[in-house]
Amino acid sequence: MPAYLDHAATTPLRPEALEAMLPYLTEHYGNPSGAHGISRAARLAVDEARDTVAECLGCEPGEVVFTAGGTEADNLALSGVRARRGGIVMCTAVEHHAVLHTTEVLGGTVIAVGPDGVVDLDRLGDALHDEVSVLSVMLANNEVGVVEPLDMVASVLRDKAPGAALHTDAVQAFLWLDVAALAAPADLVAVSAHKFGGPKGVGALVVRTGTEVSPIIHGGGQERDRRSGTHNVAGIVGMAAAMRATVAERTAMVERVSVLRDRLADGLAEAVPGTTETVSRDRKVAGSCHLRFQGVESEALLVLLDDAGVCVSAGSACTSGAMEPSHVLTAMGVSRVDALSSLRLSLGATTTDDDVDLALKAVPDAVARLREP
Amino acid sequence: MQRLRVLVAMSGGVDSSVAAAMLVEAGHEVVGATMKLWGGDSDSGCCSVADVDDARRVAQQLGIVHHVFNFGEDFETRVVEPYVAAHAAGRTPNPCVECNRHLKFDRFLHRARRLGFAAVATGHHARVVPDGGRWQLRRGLDGAKDQSYVLSMLGQEQLAQVLLPVGELTKDEVRARAGSLGLRTAAKPDSQDVCFVTATGGRRAFLGERIGLRPGRLVDSATGEDVGGVPAVELVTVGQRRGLGDGPGGERRYALSVDVASARVVVGPVHELETEEVRLTSLGWVDEPVVAGRQVEVQSSAHGRPHPAVFRGDGIRFREPERRVAPGQTVVLYEGDRVLGSGIAA
Repeated sequence: MPAYLDHAATTPLRPEALEAMLPYLTEHYGNPSGAHGISRAARLAVDEARDTVAECLGCEPGEVVFTAGGTEADNLALSGVRARRGGIVMCTAVEHHAVLHTTEVLGGTVIAVGPDGVVDLDRLGDALHDEVSVLSVMLANNEVGVVEPLDMVASVLRDKAPGAALHTDAVQAFLWLDVAALAAPADLVAVSAHKFGGPKGVGALVVRTGTEVSPIIHGGGQERDRRSGTHNVAGIVGMAAAMRATVAERTAMVERVSVLRDRLADGLAEAVPGTTETVSRDRKVAGSCHLRFQGVESEALLVLLDDAGVCVSAGSACTSGAMEPSHVLTAMGVSRVDALSSLRLSLGATTTDDDVDLALKAVPDAVARLREP
Repeated sequence: MQRLRVLVAMSGGVDSSVAAAMLVEAGHEVVGATMKLWGGDSDSGCCSVADVDDARRVAQQLGIVHHVFNFGEDFETRVVEPYVAAHAAGRTPNPCVECNRHLKFDRFLHRARRLGFAAVATGHHARVVPDGGRWQLRRGLDGAKDQSYVLSMLGQEQLAQVLLPVGELTKDEVRARAGSLGLRTAAKPDSQDVCFVTATGGRRAFLGERIGLRPGRLVDSATGEDVGGVPAVELVTVGQRRGLGDGPGGERRYALSVDVASARVVVGPVHELETEEVRLTSLGWVDEPVVAGRQVEVQSSAHGRPHPAVFRGDGIRFREPERRVAPGQTVVLYEGDRVLGSGIAA
């Protein structure tokens, strides 16, 4: 059995989600927008899922817009607000590319972070002005796991640009954090089902009442004219089921995984000389273990770990699959060489002691091999 | 046969696809890897996302693991920058030779060793032949597709770890094998020219972005008169005829020498281009160094004809006068189909 330690990339489908989805991949095939009995069954499922998602995200059902994933939700938040209000889009330098590239395309402004990966509130305050229409600050970072202080960001924003909307990419946060509470100051919140045990290709954007977005996908006017396209009924149902299960188990799971993560991080730091832990553990989500091994090319390390049955990642891969130095680490002031020596081990709800044991054996072996003179 | 762990450099082309297939058939433990070398525009060579896709799909068809290695930075510093610098100095470099020297048979080979592979393989048309504990580098069996020229920098240490399976096949055989295996790259056109220079923009567009191309003057070798101009002196190669016009009597003009500093190109009739001597720098040998006085054949471009010559220690002397070799070009010494070594024309 390989040790799957790449839960930040995707995490396995929860059995609750699969079970909830199956009827909508088989007998309940209706289009929820129809006017007959077959459709009504699908409509009911989407409506109930919407209630669940709203509850888990701390919003009203009418504020939930189902999308085809986190990337679309981020795009809708930024492009949708910009199209509505004009103005300047702003985001931090450590955002996921779904936010960062969208901001760049919209001619927006990127705000620096400190060496700990946390947005620099002073610089943010200096950069904000009346023209800013939407600011995007992620809740938890996908590479290094750092949690951004959204409440403080919100108060700076209210002070400096009271008219601006606050968007948060909570894609990596939902599995670990009480997003309903932590994202309460945000006007827009993006999540993605497959990061917490739902299926791929479905996500949601919370658009709070009073914040309006223009659609970026046009068509039949579904989702109250905010997102057209026939609903991915099974996906939406699966997401809701995974959300409910995640929320129910989250506290216990975080506690359990923190212990595993600490054992993994401590064990590797001890077994591998020249290990740097990128972000201190009290600032990041429980499943995140991001390390740098001095002088080791992580691209080669991944190959050896793959051979050893340890599934992990490093940096971010470009479209061809080639490893690029991470923009997150670069933004944190990590040198190119150090950025290319990083390894992201991300734990999840299904991670076991065996997974950690295998990594604790394989990673030091592989690093030692790559360091042989 | 000894079963080896082999890392195949898969460019996404038909030759390396078939190389991988042959090694799988032969029972080796094969893993494929595509080097991501160039991130800019490209239409002729490797490294596009589509090529990586092709390599990965072939690997999937063969049931082997496939990785992508990002060697873009090394490619930039080891191949692209020297290429640009050579042109800026009025020389005519061989970037494919430098890529093989620094990337495929150095960076890639080292990584393969680190990862525990006993050998690397590529889709080059050339042959590595054992010779009593030593290794010979020989031309590929398909003379028209032979690529031994661009591998002439390989020494014993590398040859001991390199497999070139398609060197034993003709190009038609390679395509036929790819076809019969149903490989998706079977009908893919051969890559042409320098991978990072686009067919549409050419060297002019590429170099123009990186160095200021300057107009040059043409000076007649006999009279010393100014006989015209060229738009970019950095793009003129010794031996070039195109774009230089004809003499007053209609005789064809050739570039005899290029001086970038003064932006002057000396031009003259073809017979003035002929020379007997070529001085070589950066000499390297496949095996034992060739001793002065040895009869060799000399090839000075990837698909040029070999000419008989004598090695003289710091260069070669042609048996019959031949056209001058542009400074910067790789000059390969052969004995029959065996590569002895190479140098760079001074």
